[in-house]
Amino acid sequence: MREKEKERKEEISKMDVVTQMQRQLIQYTSSLFQEGFLDDQFNQLQQLQDESNPEFVVEIVTLFFEDAERLLNELSKSLQVEQESIDFRKVDAQVHQLKGSSSSIGAQRVQRVCIAFRNFCEQQNVEGCLKSLQEIKQEYSLVKTKLETLFKMEKQLFAARGSISR
Amino acid sequence: MGMSAAAQFHVLAVDDSLIDRMLIERLLKTSSFHVTTVDSAIKALQYLGMVEDKLKSYETPEIHQDAEVNVNLIITDYCMPEMTGHDLLRKIKESNSLKDIPVVIMSSENVPSRINRCLEDGAEEFFLKPVQQSDVNKLKPHLLKSRSKEEEETQPSNNNKRRTRIKCTI
Repeated sequence: MREKEKERKEEISKMDVVTQMQRQLIQYTSSLFQEGFLDDQFNQLQQLQDESNPEFVVEIVTLFFEDAERLLNELSKSLQVEQESIDFRKVDAQVHQLKGSSSSIGAQRVQRVCIAFRNFCEQQNVEGCLKSLQEIKQEYSLVKTKLETLFKMEKQLFAARGSISR
Repeated sequence: MGMSAAAQFHVLAVDDSLIDRMLIERLLKTSSFHVTTVDSAIKALQYLGMVEDKLKSYETPEIHQDAEVNVNLIITDYCMPEMTGHDLLRKIKESNSLKDIPVVIMSSENVPSRINRCLEDGAEEFFLKPVQQSDVNKLKPHLLKSRSKEEEETQPSNNNKRRTRIKCTI
């Protein structure tokens, strides 16, 4: 009798933990939207995820991380040359790609800096470009950390749910 | 639902961005389309049976065309290196065997002159990126129209019953 009671109490406390985790996840996700890190496109991605594609969001965001890091490296190289020899068309093409992929996953702040960056490219404004590159690196780093945190929380919640016996 | 494999529409998606290919594929599959993705306009032409011959001609004789490849719609990005989506649109509309396949263009840039030019040159729709479910939902009418046109052309006797049945099952 005592064993069953003990088990029941454990189950209830596990459920409390899960409820708390769910609440935290919702709050965290909300904050990312409120602070402009993510926009509605991220919601669209979540809606495309289902039982047949349970990892879709993580997979596409991971591709974005790889793509962004590659492009940021290339941009650094393109801008490290002598100012007179900067190929603005090449830089613009690279920023265009980053703008596209950040827009596709809903990374709003990264996308916005890309837009400003492209304007500087058009004006052939070196200082503006260098400043934008720094900004993009910062925004990218922030959104990457935030999304990794989000995915970790989701994973933990999933595991906690799974440990509750039926 | 209850769509048989034969009735399923096959969409060819063309985009040089891996992320956008992944996204468009997922969007299309959610709408029960069968999807093939390629990363360039040249590969799209190759897939459609138009093989480059020493960079001179783009169309091989009809007999070389792979009869198994049956594409019902082509959706392509506009900005791609080497050959743009607009160039691809023109090549498709110039081809006797492919000109009836509906073509949709996607672009991250809202340039009215670009949009108009594509629509004038035969694109059915122009979607601004990021493409969403609501955009993909616009595709079925174009596909149904193509299919019923195809049916009409192969059945000289005007069989209204058959046409109605096709519309109901999809």
